[in-house]
Amino acid sequence: MMKRFALATLLLSLVAAGAVMADAPILINAAGATFPYPIYSKWFDVYRQKNPAIQINYASVGSGAGIAQMTNGTVDFGASDGPMNDEQMKNFKDKRGVAVLHFPTVLGAAVPTYNVPNVKVDLNFTQKALAGIYLGTITKWNDPEITGANKGVNLPAADIVVVHRSDGSGTTYIWTDFLSKVSPEWAKKVGTKTSVNWPVGLGGKGNEGVSGLVKQTPGAIGYVELIYVIQNNMTYGQVQNADGKFIKADLASVSAAAAGAAKSMPDDFRVSITNAPGPTAYPISSFTWLLIPAKIGDATKRDAIKGFLKWMLTDGQGYNEGLQYAKLPKLVVDKELKAISQIQ
Amino acid sequence: MATASSTFEPAAPIHTGPRSFLRRLTDGDEIAHLITLVFASSILLVTFLLLYRLWADSADARHQFGWHFFYTSTWDPVSGDFGALPFIYGTLVTSALALLIAVPLGLGAAIFLAELAPRKISDSLAFLIDLLAAVPSVIYGLLGIFVLVPLMRTVVAPFLKATLGFLPLFQGPSYGVGLLTAGLVLSIMVVPFIISVSREVLLSVPSDQREAALSLGATRWEATWKVVVPFARTGIFGSVFLALARALGETMAVTMVIGNDPRIASSLFAPGYSIAAVIANEFSEAVGNLYVQSLIELALVLFLITFILNGLARILIVATQQKGMS
Amino acid sequence: MSIRTIWRKGLNVVMLSLTGACALITVSVLGLVLGYLVWNGGKSLTWAFFTQLPTPVGVPGGGMANAIVGSAKLLLLASLFGMPVGVLAAIYLAEFGGKTFSFIVRYTTDLLNGVPSIVIGIFAYALVVVPMHHFSTLAGGFALGVMMIPIAVRSTEEFLRAVPNNLREGAMALGASKWKTIATVIVPAAFQGIMTGLLLDLARVAGETAPLLFTALTNRFWSPGWNNPIASLPVMIYDYALSAYDDWHRQAWAAGLVLLALVLIVNIASRMLMSRRASFSR
Repeated sequence: MMKRFALATLLLSLVAAGAVMADAPILINAAGATFPYPIYSKWFDVYRQKNPAIQINYASVGSGAGIAQMTNGTVDFGASDGPMNDEQMKNFKDKRGVAVLHFPTVLGAAVPTYNVPNVKVDLNFTQKALAGIYLGTITKWNDPEITGANKGVNLPAADIVVVHRSDGSGTTYIWTDFLSKVSPEWAKKVGTKTSVNWPVGLGGKGNEGVSGLVKQTPGAIGYVELIYVIQNNMTYGQVQNADGKFIKADLASVSAAAAGAAKSMPDDFRVSITNAPGPTAYPISSFTWLLIPAKIGDATKRDAIKGFLKWMLTDGQGYNEGLQYAKLPKLVVDKELKAISQIQ
Repeated sequence: MATASSTFEPAAPIHTGPRSFLRRLTDGDEIAHLITLVFASSILLVTFLLLYRLWADSADARHQFGWHFFYTSTWDPVSGDFGALPFIYGTLVTSALALLIAVPLGLGAAIFLAELAPRKISDSLAFLIDLLAAVPSVIYGLLGIFVLVPLMRTVVAPFLKATLGFLPLFQGPSYGVGLLTAGLVLSIMVVPFIISVSREVLLSVPSDQREAALSLGATRWEATWKVVVPFARTGIFGSVFLALARALGETMAVTMVIGNDPRIASSLFAPGYSIAAVIANEFSEAVGNLYVQSLIELALVLFLITFILNGLARILIVATQQKGMS
Repeated sequence: MSIRTIWRKGLNVVMLSLTGACALITVSVLGLVLGYLVWNGGKSLTWAFFTQLPTPVGVPGGGMANAIVGSAKLLLLASLFGMPVGVLAAIYLAEFGGKTFSFIVRYTTDLLNGVPSIVIGIFAYALVVVPMHHFSTLAGGFALGVMMIPIAVRSTEEFLRAVPNNLREGAMALGASKWKTIATVIVPAAFQGIMTGLLLDLARVAGETAPLLFTALTNRFWSPGWNNPIASLPVMIYDYALSAYDDWHRQAWAAGLVLLALVLIVNIASRMLMSRRASFSR
């Protein structure tokens, strides 16, 4: 009898405890891209310390899921590594009755990482080389397209094992966007998307999966986010940009790519900056965006979100470089600050 | 003595008290019958709802592809051309491998634990094995990547190629990831279910069965294999069903070691893809109505596969029942 | 001794040793898995893990206090939903059921068991999250509960059936009605097995990630009540293990260990609280 009583009390108290927790601050839910998750979690945490009543809960479920959740109204705002296309924007308008605004937040890049036996230096990759490798037309490490750009490096006659992302991701989007721009064959055969029909290669889940496969498989090449290679001290190669120079991805070269695009930035901020012009620009760079509905019914939430955006564009940007994300160019920041007023 | 199947009714009440008392007695049974019936039906309701959602949410894709979906090998999100064949292949191969490895091993271990091991050891080992069902599949996946994949590439695959390399199953390059590795990881994940449930069922076989066989001069093994195990047959099959279901539906661990390449190859070393893995990988990011619907159609296909496999398994059970004991 | 006897004795030794070998192989592999988890998790476990909320990358410390509580809440909901349905349905199948209807229910249960966890998540999303217009603990508990049902049904039914008929007949002979027989004789007799099955079920569901991704989502903070997104250990493990940061990797291992410990505690506690006489057979 005592046992039953104890059990019942335990269960009841659990239920009660579940229902009565700390009194509600403003809880804002967001979901989307995994790429900027580290910087977003930093921002939301710092912002909360400054404004304890505002809790922004971000779930990194993927850009597509973020867009879907926002369209269904199950989260307050979303985040995506690729801008929404016209079909999605129309879909959002139909379902939620208002337009959606894009706000670039940080810049990132995708880099090629590899595991070639006895090669420890940074390799140069021409645009044709990357396209050929991923199309499956270049199959050996000592192919002339690769050796030609790497004089003095002893490249073996080993097979190239291609690794790509198996899960849909913004990194794939950037990578395929770049390949589509530099290779007409790629554009026709494969195309640009967060998930594509890869002609060759193994799929790894997440950056971890790709880098894990590359590390363990002699002769492998894969693409991962810049932050990832820096955090894990991985060797990564230099990519030839639109001006023909071989550039290693870092905060400076990524920002250079954005600076070129800043002048011709469209008003809705939906732009691709891969293969950007400029001698120091890293060609596989991209913005990532927050997706905010143009009209937010709840006034407290609206003000909280607007306040956050303002902070993010000014003080927030100061945290970027610490986490290996490039800062937004000043031109873009100014434009965005003006655009905040569009949120009603 | 067959296993229980209660079809008899309670004896007519002996008491001849007032009608309300009679009614209460039989009503108790009626209520119990009703309540349990409602809950049993709720399972049907939930499954039907699930099927309905899958059917409705894949309507466009089904109209677009028709039967084509089953034998097309392309999976192209950009051009909007989707086919299920590589995923069906991968799902079937990895699940078959998982069962081929896990069932004999698991059953053997369960027999050992139930019949031969001292009770205390058997209980504590079983307790530990039960815990393993709680390990998230992500952890199995990580173990797969860090331990199993290098092992496959450096030790197991060369060994298999040297010994069984004449079979097309074991030819071709091995990257470590692939169908065989996925099958192995799955077998590790499902073996706790087989051991745990089989052991409990074997333990619950009445001892007089065992003793009768032994007293007739059977060896320990004969008593176990020819008397005890057949008695526990339905429970053991049940555990195999559980294992099969888990193997078919497992997502995380599989996607981390299968290679995620939607291709059909004859070698077990080749990378492949399974239905659950592709849904897990691509659903969050899938943008575009046809894309999402094709993924949901894949879920429907998996449902169909489960349906067919379950049916085949049950036919198998009935067949062995005809041959063996009553 | 005849040839046949020698053969039989030989077979006896060989087969029994084979089963021993099977047990050795499986137990050592499973032991390795457990050991790997305990080793990696133990290295990273700190007191902060249990008491603090997650911190952003680069900020040392931080823990998964909210995820631990979150998993507990979700599993409680899942059990409240899945276990009664499973056990009562199993009682129907074992004691009351007619032939065809029972066959259909069993078949359907097996089908439900084979549905990938992510599809159940998508289903729960469509059924609970969309009408409610937000992610919630309720939705997550529902998804996990649905996952619990098939195993609960299957294993409970097996153990109910394993109760020998003479017990049933004895009760009937004493004048007990059907439901009374079930409640006071059959279920207690099968209790040990049923408990094992249900705890195995809970263990399996405790580690599920995919169903929670679209229902409970996740939460960096405490989740008040039952109507908000909530953090859970499996989802945190998923997020952290596939990230770029060593600190998060270590936390993922620690979370795996804590999850296992949580299940262990529930296991031990329930066995203690509900200890009854051992089953009738052995």
